[in-house]
Amino acid sequence: MPVLPGAAWELSPSVSLRPEPFGALAYDFVTRKLSFLKSPTLVDVVRRLADAADVEDALLGAGVPAAERDRYVAALGTLAASGIIRERVAA
Amino acid sequence: MTIAVERPQGGRLVDQFEYGLDAPICLTWELTYACNLACVHCLSSSGRRDPRELSTDECKALIDEFERMQVFYVNVGGGEPTVRPDFWELLDYAVAHHVGVKFSTNGFRITPERAERLAATDYVDVQISLDGATSEVNDAVRGQGTYDAALRAMANLQAAGMKDFKLSVVCTRHNIGQLDEFKAIADTYGAQLRLTRLRPSGRGADVWDELHPLPHQQRELYDWLVANGDQVLTGDSFFHLSAYGPADGSGALPGLNLCGAGRVVCLVDPVGDVYACPFAIHDQFLAGNLREDGGFDTIWKTAPLFLDLRSPQTGGACTQCSAYDSCRGGCMAAKFFTGLPLDGPDPECVKGNSETALAGDRERPGSSQDHSHTGTVRNAPVPLTLLRTRPVSACDESPLVSQQ
Repeated sequence: MPVLPGAAWELSPSVSLRPEPFGALAYDFVTRKLSFLKSPTLVDVVRRLADAADVEDALLGAGVPAAERDRYVAALGTLAASGIIRERVAA
Repeated sequence: MTIAVERPQGGRLVDQFEYGLDAPICLTWELTYACNLACVHCLSSSGRRDPRELSTDECKALIDEFERMQVFYVNVGGGEPTVRPDFWELLDYAVAHHVGVKFSTNGFRITPERAERLAATDYVDVQISLDGATSEVNDAVRGQGTYDAALRAMANLQAAGMKDFKLSVVCTRHNIGQLDEFKAIADTYGAQLRLTRLRPSGRGADVWDELHPLPHQQRELYDWLVANGDQVLTGDSFFHLSAYGPADGSGALPGLNLCGAGRVVCLVDPVGDVYACPFAIHDQFLAGNLREDGGFDTIWKTAPLFLDLRSPQTGGACTQCSAYDSCRGGCMAAKFFTGLPLDGPDPECVKGNSETALAGDRERPGSSQDHSHTGTVRNAPVPLTLLRTRPVSACDESPLVSQQ
């Protein structure tokens, strides 16, 4: 599922993030899969997703420069494909 | 040297790992040195319980610490962990505190009832040890009746609906030819096959010369692993075999392909000693003790040994080798226990670079702890080769030698 800048996403409930100097480890307690987030800024973006209006908002909040937006949206797409983040259902 | 080394930003993940993490990724916790078996190659020289073993409360406090540090899962072993009367209580406690458990067992105590309970518990994985695809090969190493016990345990787990538990095999000279059979056994029980390397650690040092795979078998193993890919787990055991691939590292096996000791890996032993890796139970790789040195978090983050392992290593003679980027000089513990220099090639270097050193004079460090059974063990293995250790003198073979 592609991640659209205008959509709302969040960290999957079965996933925990552990901060590390290079970024973070992401562990899914259900699939027992360990993944790596390779930049502290990406970790910041992921953490902001749940409270942000949409992906765009989370990117802004984390201070991602406009020129790097696409790269971060693509990275979020990878995280979505492995189930680390999921699309938020409107409350 | 214990100065903190500045970590580079960005780059490959594997380079980041060499500088260590805030908590281990792969933590092994040997719960007890007690074991109902006496496998000839036991990494931890297990057999008898140590009276200083961590109490139930101490174990729970350690689990609390793992939870705080976000150690997401631990590999529990021994000895035979299920021998501890509080084993099932600790398992439940860990799971309730978001610390997943994968435990290794010989299967003797995995009854249909226990299997049901395991299948019903999330965050628990079981690893059944089997070192031969036939009872003849397995029992010679692990002891009489252990093949049947392992298969019975797997049948119980399967009947209980447990999926993807692990069938764990230590690769030896006698079972490399059975890899397809192991895979078939795993498939039969809905298990996943896991192959690991025979280490010259613990009692393994006594049998390594006779049991470690021969050079052509190493090649056979590497080709088999490449052919079977992600289907088979290896716990990053065989990164020294990656040197069979091209120098650009493209022949690397799945996994990190680096020595994680003290960087992403460590071992907590039954008495609370923290070692750099499960294959390095020796004073030289002891970082501290939970009771005496301020707890696990402090030891992991500040033990001089760990800081040292996280500073750039020289690689020694190996850095001149075209395969160094693939194998990174191999396994530290394997070098240490075979008496080879730590900055030289692995004793099973696939380029043959350790042959001269292995053939020459070398002093093996021996073990700094031994909990082996001293009396008779009911299931004691009868090795296919006659002697477990070389005779020290002719007297050991013939009591009459001095009379002649």
